[in-house]
Amino acid sequence: MTDSAWIDAALTSARPQAVGALLRYFRNLDTAEEAFQNACLRALKSWPQNGPPRDPAAWLIMVGRNVAIDDLRRSKKQEALPEDEAISDLDDAEEQIAERLDGSHYRDDILRLLFICCHRDLPATQQIALALRIVSGLTVKQIARAFLVSEAAMEQRITRAKARVADADVPFETPGAVERSERLTSVAAMIYLIFNEGYSASGDTAEIRAPLCEEAIRLARLLLRLFQSEPEIMGLTALLLIQHARAAARFDADGAVILLDDQDRSLWNKSLIAEGLALIDKAMRHRRSGPYQVQAAIAALHARAEKPEDTDWTQIDLLYGALEIMQPSPVVTLNRAVAVSKVKGPEAALDMIEPLAARLSNYFHFFGVRGAFLMQLGRNDEARTAFDRAIALANTSAEAAHIRMHLDRLQRDSQARGKKAGK
Amino acid sequence: MLYAILCYHDEDTVGSWTKEQDTEVMQKLAVVQDKLARQGRLGPVARLLPTTAATTLRKDDPPLVLDGPYAETKEQLLGFYVVDCKNLDEAVDVARDLGAANPGGAYEIRPVGLLRPGSLPS
Repeated sequence: MTDSAWIDAALTSARPQAVGALLRYFRNLDTAEEAFQNACLRALKSWPQNGPPRDPAAWLIMVGRNVAIDDLRRSKKQEALPEDEAISDLDDAEEQIAERLDGSHYRDDILRLLFICCHRDLPATQQIALALRIVSGLTVKQIARAFLVSEAAMEQRITRAKARVADADVPFETPGAVERSERLTSVAAMIYLIFNEGYSASGDTAEIRAPLCEEAIRLARLLLRLFQSEPEIMGLTALLLIQHARAAARFDADGAVILLDDQDRSLWNKSLIAEGLALIDKAMRHRRSGPYQVQAAIAALHARAEKPEDTDWTQIDLLYGALEIMQPSPVVTLNRAVAVSKVKGPEAALDMIEPLAARLSNYFHFFGVRGAFLMQLGRNDEARTAFDRAIALANTSAEAAHIRMHLDRLQRDSQARGKKAGK
Repeated sequence: MLYAILCYHDEDTVGSWTKEQDTEVMQKLAVVQDKLARQGRLGPVARLLPTTAATTLRKDDPPLVLDGPYAETKEQLLGFYVVDCKNLDEAVDVARDLGAANPGGAYEIRPVGLLRPGSLPS
């Protein structure tokens, strides 16, 4: 690897820890970010000459802190200060600070940094944008591209989010066990949101937004390394890995959605699946189930099936049943109904979703699924009505195209039947 | 004499390789491995899954199962096993049996992502 590629990678991976620690010192996000930027500039100058430091994060924290303190002093009193070379011998100091950076502090530093981004006053899109900017260090341009908005619009979105966070009370004392676990829950939800931003993209945008999935996985792994005994964080990481493993098989050449049953399973990424399965296995030993673990287990059952017909739908039905109890939602029931249709047939599945009609009256997938069940039962006129409604509610052209495929099939079927009847 | 060559690298760096970069490295390694294999000099080669998938058994009395990789630096790597297990529970049981026979220290249990059995003459 070249010097600059190595340094870029080191700066990126040190970023959450370094910005998190600087935020603890300065208690101000802008100051912390600026300090980190300045430290990075110095790293770019110093590292190629002096070689990489043993602990890049510790180096960046110390240099960033020194520079920011100097700036603060300079702005207070207009007096001359010694040049940075004279401030400290970085080699000696690095060792000291590295010792003080024993896991205890920086775990909470990173969690706090992530937690600030998911402040409950911020709408989801701002939370994600802020996290990508501050924690992941993506440029505004990169984030704007992933969200398919202009750079100016994204700049404004992030500035607004930052202003809001600055006004909010950020707790800087070391969190207690209950508070830590609440923070962890919010942060996990935000990471899942980042992933979904990438995962729900389709067509041309799928490729542009795929980095969001990768970034979410990176953050999930980071969180898991900090909180190694949290089964739900294992579950979240496993869920993201297994979902992302299917990325190469999810769209055809025209960008249309390929459903799970029709995907070329040889395109699934085996090593991501293996990692996901290993994490679920590890999580289960804790006997503390939760929604991410259950969703990961469902994804794992799909991933384990070499052919669609090998899928263990009975087990999937049971897992969705468990998820319904943990996280009651009509969308979960709708997903469960798909499993039920495979185990008990479309009639039972249809009965299961009828009560959801009122709550899901504007939900694309409800009508897509309902239409599919009706089609399986040969109730083609009703199926057509459901599919028409689905098309009207489609969020992307790929979704609409998929439903149109069903409608075309219904059309062909009825023409064929008409010909038969005419004979 | 058989030699074990243990692979160390920054996990974040390796984890951030694109699929293409990863494949390229693996292909280059395969060239070296194939040469050794043809000469009958290559034993098993394993690529381990990330440390987030690791579990550690401290061989205290009683033994203690911890999530995460082995993190102490006061002990040294003295050997390793590759065992076929149905799941992590089974692997932990194996480690417990080994630990009962040889207490003290720790076993780090890591799922193997990729294994080449090798071609050493027995």
